[in-house]
This record gives sequence, structure tokens and C-alpha cells, in this order.
Amino acid sequence: MIRSDRLFGLVAVLAALAYIASAWNLPPGNMFDALGPRAFPIIVGCGVLISALAMILRPDPEPDWPGLPTLASLALATVVLVGYAYALKPLGFLLPTAIAAGILSWQISGRPGLAAATGIGLSVGLFVIFRYALGLGLFALPRALAG
Amino acid sequence: MDILSNLALGFSVALSPWTLFLAVIGCFLGTIIGALPGLGPSNGVAILIPITFSLGLDATAALVLLTSVYYGAMYGGRISSILLNIPGDEPAMMTTLDGYPMARAGRAGEALVISGVASFVGAFLATVALALVAPYLARIAYRFGPAEYFALYALAFATLGGMTSNNQAKAALASFIGLALALIGLDNNSGFTRFTGGNLHLADGIDFLVAIVGLFAVSEVFFFIESHGRESALGVRLGKLVIPWGEIWSTRWTMLRSSVVGFIAGVLPGAGASLGSFMTYMMEKGIAGEKGGFGTGVAKGVAAPEAGNNAAAGGALVPMLTLGVPGSGTTAVLLAVLMTLNITPGPTLFADRPEVVWGLIAALLIANFVLLLMNVPMVRIFVRVLTVPPAILLPGVTMISFVGIYSLSGSYFDLLLMVGFGVMGYVFRKMDIPTVPVILGILLGYQMENNLRHAMTLSGGDWTYLFSSPIAIGLWVAAILGFVAPMFLRRFLRRPSVAEADRIVD
Repeated sequence: MIRSDRLFGLVAVLAALAYIASAWNLPPGNMFDALGPRAFPIIVGCGVLISALAMILRPDPEPDWPGLPTLASLALATVVLVGYAYALKPLGFLLPTAIAAGILSWQISGRPGLAAATGIGLSVGLFVIFRYALGLGLFALPRALAG
Repeated sequence: MDILSNLALGFSVALSPWTLFLAVIGCFLGTIIGALPGLGPSNGVAILIPITFSLGLDATAALVLLTSVYYGAMYGGRISSILLNIPGDEPAMMTTLDGYPMARAGRAGEALVISGVASFVGAFLATVALALVAPYLARIAYRFGPAEYFALYALAFATLGGMTSNNQAKAALASFIGLALALIGLDNNSGFTRFTGGNLHLADGIDFLVAIVGLFAVSEVFFFIESHGRESALGVRLGKLVIPWGEIWSTRWTMLRSSVVGFIAGVLPGAGASLGSFMTYMMEKGIAGEKGGFGTGVAKGVAAPEAGNNAAAGGALVPMLTLGVPGSGTTAVLLAVLMTLNITPGPTLFADRPEVVWGLIAALLIANFVLLLMNVPMVRIFVRVLTVPPAILLPGVTMISFVGIYSLSGSYFDLLLMVGFGVMGYVFRKMDIPTVPVILGILLGYQMENNLRHAMTLSGGDWTYLFSSPIAIGLWVAAILGFVAPMFLRRFLRRPSVAEADRIVD
């Protein structure tokens, strides 16, 4: 099996090459700005390239990645957070927060009752703190309903 | 006496009822944040930055609030070290070695009081030293030109990466990734947008707050999902609280020595509070010898690392304020605070905005007294906080992070970026790639490039200009040493129990 460090290094090498190529198309410097916008990014790109190659050549021992079930629940958590990012504006604060916080809480403790209480409690509690104590402009409910 | 009039100016700013109120709130929140396992000074301050700015506080008020949180978190870290054997943050690691045995022997109260007093001594002396040393360093920094600044930034990356990582290649990679991310967006000098892939959301660049909150706070929730919050702290109990005057007095030299060493460790770039507490503990252990009983629960064993790490926290502010170069993850976050407030740290800060610098120093002195009061007589309140289960705490932290970032920009795109940085933080920490250099790169990338371009324009494109002054050469030599030396020193400096304690925290 390919070591994680090698795989990561390879991805970083490809990204660095794309970065350098993108920088190459920027204009060179002029008399007021000797380096111009391209030189430093190329230096940085080469830095990524060299250190990533070093990682490929001398990888560390394999980190202990979690098993498949845990990876699946980490993926689920990521999906929940991404969904939350999209939902926060159109759906208001209360509903998405309760759902997202509830799922995360359930993933940590595995106790559905505690998770549901956490979701609702955090959603209402944080809304009251943010809206009334700190005065942030949050909407409680979907814009369509609140008008 | 210059310093007295400066301090008088500082106290005139900091002693208003409003700033005092903010200092108390900050200390309180900070101690809680420090005490909670999984939240430390850097991610604690990180999640509070966006919220503080949404409140529209002025620069001094925001600075007082957030630095009180920082100092508070440094104090608070010892509470879970002593009671649970879990360091609340990395610098509090060494406090577990004698603090937990003391708690097991039924002397938790004494351990908390002694370490609280030690924290106060360390932090207080360091703040005084900061007030004395910083203006001198600022005067030297006046002689820095763009070439020297470029070398200084290189020094910061080299030492921070070299000292905090186990693998030089990974530390370098993290720094370069941070710099690469910093260059995304509009280039102010030429008017070209770079590396946005045509995405309009990226035209303004990546906000460093998004990266900090993602890497430090959101990634934490992934670790707790992985471990299912096994380290929950239910059932902590604390006996009656007595103040062991005799024992505190017996550690007076330990506290003083540790404060000096801790302060120096804090001033050095890249060393920071963790090294400060490590060095002071080992030093005191060596001085006490076999009979000292270090590791079995002795007062000096909790006094040394606590005085050391709090002194280092003060010391770390010296390079951050005078040069604009943070020496640790937490000071990187504080630099982010200053940059968001449109305050540019560096030598000119002392001349142009004395009210900010001296107000901050006065606020830190005040915060110390507030923290001493909170952490000795009122320590019970914070012990109770430890019983909050992670299944409530971590979702709460995540939601606060979202609201904070959302209230800054109101854009879903920043939230997505933040989640991305959270995943990145998890993967990086799993693979032992340090995340602090990434933050440092994002924070300093813009200035680093500007200084380089400025230097090259001054010299007409002659690269040897970068190595043309003695200061610049000295900085480059230090940078190379700071990066290379840890490879050879590592086997001597190997910190005991770090790997073990890391596993516990994660």
C-alpha cells in the first residue's frame, strides 16, 4: 500500500506545478516593481515542490488512520457542516443549527436523547445570546416565513 | 523615567470601568477556555475574534478583551492538568507530572493554589519585563529595512517550523502552503488577480480568520468524533481549599528562576510557552536532584512549569509587538487580532500608537491581578466547568465558529472555506504536519512578498542586496541554525510524555 506521506507529497507536487504554471503567466516586473507579481509565487511554488519531494523520498511512519466506520462518520460530519454552511442564510439560524449541532453531538456521544437536547438547547441558547446579548443580526426563521 | 510616564498613559487608558469590565469578562472566559480539554489559548482566542469584531468594540477594548482571554487561558490550562491528568492546552503538559500525583494524594486544592500563585508570579514578572525590554527592541527594529524584514520573516518560519515539528520537510511544506494560500487574490501592487481560478469569492483573498478558526477550532470536532469524547470529565471532585502559605514560600526561588527562564524562552522565536514549561521543569528537577521527589507530587513540580509557561506567554509578546513576528501559535492568533484591528505591529507601533501598546501592557498587569483572584479563591467555579460533556461542548464551539465567521462576511463561501480548513487541520495533524506555520504563512505572506519586492526595486533587481547588511546576515544565519539545529538537538531535547499526552488530548 502507498504510504500516506508519499500520496500527500504527490498531490502537493502536482498542486505546486499547477501553481507555478499559473504564476508563469503573470506579467514580469517593470522599473517601478522589479520583481512583479510572478517572482515570489514561483519561489513559494518551488518551496512546496522541494519539501513535497522530500516527503516522498523520506516518508514518516504511517499515521494511525481511523477505521472505515469512523471515516464514514467523519465524512458525514463534513457533509453536515457543508450543508449547514449553505443552509444558514436561506433557512435562518434556529432550524439548521439544531439539526447540525444535534448530529455532531450524536456522533460524539452516540446518545440520541442527549444529542436532541443538545441540538435544541444550543440552537435556542446561542440564538438568544447572539441576538439579544451581543446584538448580532441573525434571522431566527426562514426569510420566506419571517417576511 | 520614561517607562513610568508610559505606564501612566497605559493605566489612564486601561483603568476605565468599561475596560476593567472587559478584562474581567475576558479573564473569566479565558480561564474556562484554558481549563476545557480540547480548547486552548489559540483556538479559544480564535473563535472569539470574529465575534468580538462583530460587536464593534474599539481597538483598545477589543485588545484588552482578547489578551485577557489569552492570559486567562494560560492560567486555566493547569486546572485540567491537575484534576484530570489531561492538559487543557499544550503548555500545561508539564504540570500534569506533579499536579496529578498531588491531586491523587488528596492535595488537589493545594496544587491549584500553588500553581495559581506561580502563574501569577510568572505572568506578572514577564509583563514587567515586557514593558522594560520591548521599547529597546523597538528602537533596534527601526534600523530594519525591507531586506532585514524579509530575513526576519524567514527566521520566524525557520525556527517555528524547526522547533515545533518532528520532520523538517513537513514544517517547510506547511510554511510554503501557508504562503501560497496568502498570495491568492488581488495583487495590490500590480492589479492582477492571482490563483483565483476565476472565482469572484477569492478575489479578496482568503481571510486569515477563516483559516485560523477552521484549522484550530473546527478540526477539533473531528478529533472528538473520532475518539467519541472518551475523555469526558464527569465526577471531578475537589476537597476543601486551604492556602498552603509555607509551601508557597518554599517555592519562591523556583518561581523566580522559572519566570526568568520562561520569559527568555518566550522571547525566542519558535520556542514559546511549551518549551518554557519544559525547560523550567527540567531545570528545577536538576537543581532539586534525587531528593527533590519530582514526579511524585511536590509543590516545586507544579510551581516551576506554571511560572515558566506564563512567563513565556508574556515573553512571546515581545517579538510580536516590536517586530510583528509571532513566535508561537497563540501569538500568531494575537497578531491576527492586531491586523484585523488595522494595527500594524512593529517598531512604529510604539511611536505612533503608544496608547495601544501601553494600554495593552497596563491591561495585562490588571488582568494578572484579576486572574489571581479568580484562580485562587474562586477556582471551584472553573472546576465545575470541567464536567461539561464534550458532546455538548464541541458542537457548541463549532456553532460559535460558524456564527462568528458568518457575522463577519455574511457569505456562505467563507463558511465552506472554514470547513475546508477544518478538514485540512484534521488531516495535517493526523499526518504530523504542523498547522501553525500554515497560519503564519497566511498572516505574513503579503508583507513578506511586499518586502521582497521593495528590496528588489531598491537594489534594481540585485539579489545579493538581501544579504548586504550585518543585521540581515545575522538573521539569515540564525534562520538556518534555527531550522537545522533541531534535527541534531532533537534526541537531547526529546520532550518526555509529549506523544503520550498528545494522544490523550486528541
